[in-house]
Amino acid sequence: MISTLEEKPHVPAVPRKRKVPGWAVAMLGVAGAIVLLSITSYQTGFPQLTSSGTTQTAVRLALPILLAGLGGLWAERAGVVNIGLEGMMIMGTWGAAWAGYQWGPWAALVAAVVFGSLGGLLHAIATVTFGVNHIVSGVAINLLGAGLTKYLSTLIFLPLSNNPRQSPPVQSFDTFSVAGLGDWLGELEAGQRLFISDVAGILRGLVTGVSPLTMIAILLLPLSYYLLWRTRFGLRLRSVGENPHAADSLGVKVYFHKYVAVIVSGGLAGLGGAALVLNPGQLSYLEGQTGGRGYIGLAAMIFGNWRPGGLLGGAALFGYADGLQLRSGGETVLALVYGVVILLGVIVVWQLIRRRWFSAAAAIVVAVLLYLLYISLDEIPGEFVSYAPHMVTLAVLAVASQRLRMPAADGVVYRRG
Amino acid sequence: MGHLRGKLLPPALAIVFSMLLCGVALVISGANPLSAFGAMLTQVGKGTTLVDIVNSTGIYYIAALAVAIGFQMNLFNIGVEGQYRVAAVVAAVVGGSIVLPTGIHTLVIIIVAALAGAAWAAIPAILKVTRGVNEVISTIMMNGLAIGLSAYLIRRDVFGELRGNNIRTPEIPESGRMFGITFGGAGTMFGFLFVAIALGVGYWIMMNRTRFGFELRASGESSTAASAGGVNAKKMVLVSMLLSGAIAGLISLPELLGRDHTFSLNFTAGIGFSGIAIALLGRNHPGGIAFGALLWAFLDKSGLALDNVGVPREIVTIMQGSIVLSVVVAYEVVRRFELASEQRRVGRELGTVGGAA
Repeated sequence: MISTLEEKPHVPAVPRKRKVPGWAVAMLGVAGAIVLLSITSYQTGFPQLTSSGTTQTAVRLALPILLAGLGGLWAERAGVVNIGLEGMMIMGTWGAAWAGYQWGPWAALVAAVVFGSLGGLLHAIATVTFGVNHIVSGVAINLLGAGLTKYLSTLIFLPLSNNPRQSPPVQSFDTFSVAGLGDWLGELEAGQRLFISDVAGILRGLVTGVSPLTMIAILLLPLSYYLLWRTRFGLRLRSVGENPHAADSLGVKVYFHKYVAVIVSGGLAGLGGAALVLNPGQLSYLEGQTGGRGYIGLAAMIFGNWRPGGLLGGAALFGYADGLQLRSGGETVLALVYGVVILLGVIVVWQLIRRRWFSAAAAIVVAVLLYLLYISLDEIPGEFVSYAPHMVTLAVLAVASQRLRMPAADGVVYRRG
Repeated sequence: MGHLRGKLLPPALAIVFSMLLCGVALVISGANPLSAFGAMLTQVGKGTTLVDIVNSTGIYYIAALAVAIGFQMNLFNIGVEGQYRVAAVVAAVVGGSIVLPTGIHTLVIIIVAALAGAAWAAIPAILKVTRGVNEVISTIMMNGLAIGLSAYLIRRDVFGELRGNNIRTPEIPESGRMFGITFGGAGTMFGFLFVAIALGVGYWIMMNRTRFGFELRASGESSTAASAGGVNAKKMVLVSMLLSGAIAGLISLPELLGRDHTFSLNFTAGIGFSGIAIALLGRNHPGGIAFGALLWAFLDKSGLALDNVGVPREIVTIMQGSIVLSVVVAYEVVRRFELASEQRRVGRELGTVGGAA
């Protein structure tokens, strides 16, 4: 009976529009992004745009977003909306700090996953067993996560650090760099040659100061993809998110799969919290440390159309904007606006070729507006750069909400029988 | 009787459950729960606590009303948090920079705050109506942007000024402030509380005695049935979201007009999320919300006494969180129980299950 689910259902010949495979599109996108950045940094005179330092910071800042986004992906693929990611992430930061200052970074990771999963378990009990509205439960978990960690910090961290809002310092991971490659790339980067130096800078940022956590986070992405899209378990989990009644009628344990998905989701969000605590610049728990990154993770997932590849793109973009602002301030971020104008120029040409006059005109208007913004401002105020993810998400939703495709039964309370 | 039981039992269960939970947490952490709860109760009579509770109740009440309007038609305005923040900073800037006679000045500030809140809510509302964007995601994003915008507006090179260690907007002059009722050493009650009460009455009348309220509730019960009955769904979304935003804009006014007179870094954040919790607790009913707001305010203000008996007062936040979660679970359980008993009753009367059971 179950084997019928695994066979590809016979779909009456749907003409496939896309002849290029997904990975090729992704590679083209990455190459395009680098070319764009390279041109922008050359035109505006900001080599920081593609420097290894920026890339390194971007990777560090993108990790928590990526992990939270993965958490969102797991839950939503099983049809449970997880606004509670933020609360689970907060619990993860606390767990990581509590175990981290006593037993080192590996224990911190484990504790963060456990604490985050507990939040996930709570969300699963409320939404799956009791059928509480997913948003309501998520908001409650965010309140509860914040309150619980504050209470525990006052109780446990206050005597140790004399500060109820901060934990004692946590031991960090040893980072490693690919020695020979890094030096060679460093020479290339210093050469300041168009494109080659830029690629070298980005690559060098990716291979220096890599911590085990970075590796784990990066590996979790293909692992999630494999589990969710290439295994029997993943197919069942996603079928639960698309049509739980149909899945149930085929013998899939709907409640079980939802529970697993939401608990994993919490664990991943908790790991995202650990990534914040074990960040070399910080190395302790701080109240309010997550700063809405759980929500940004959710945004990255939506940006990526509920797919792992797109999620990586979203997390990279948001982490990059954040890292750029942190490393070199608002004027380099303004240079990014210039890059967006170039991108829009390409889009205009593309739309003109495809004879989509309306879209082309809209793109031209936006491009002109952004260009005016670019020449009239000296820098983007730092207050806004941190919220670039929010603006990008709103823009993406406004432009492409018709094309985004979320799991069909996402957010729908399912009750058996 | 059973009707009332279904409404009152879940919150009572949730509160008892949360008290037990927190009691257990206190015992584990080595404190005496009875002395902790006792300290909270006796705190009410001390100093300005009682007046603080009343003031805070008014603020929470407005916040929960703002959320409840959306909830009535299954619209999740998670963005109350951002709407009241933007409204507060805009109202403070406008109020501090215009010169008007007493009374009119206050009125202008109130109107500006409501308009600013509505404007901030208009973005997700328009996105939802024209592009089908889910309001939960867009309002969360707007919350983030609101923090950025308010931080930008109080920059010293924009509208802010440095006072001691704090950056704030220009102070609202005497003419723009609102009266308070002073109880000597026991504190001053915000005059804006009367506006809060008026809003509650207005909300009840709107929901139960107007066509708009009927259509709103009908859309919440079943959007398909409502649109079949001639209710314009898009218009309802737009109007209720704007209304919700406008009321959200008023949340910070009791403090702004009655105490602070300026928007600074000390701004009280998080009331929007509390509003969501209180609206859930009170089931969107103006009376229920008032009770919820009072409970929240009591927990907040009396919780300060816990530090004196050696208990971290953050236990109160845990209690609030567990009350929300357990109350929604309790409502759901009671609803299912009543649904099942209703089905049994109907089944008995029709005689379809009588024989089998």
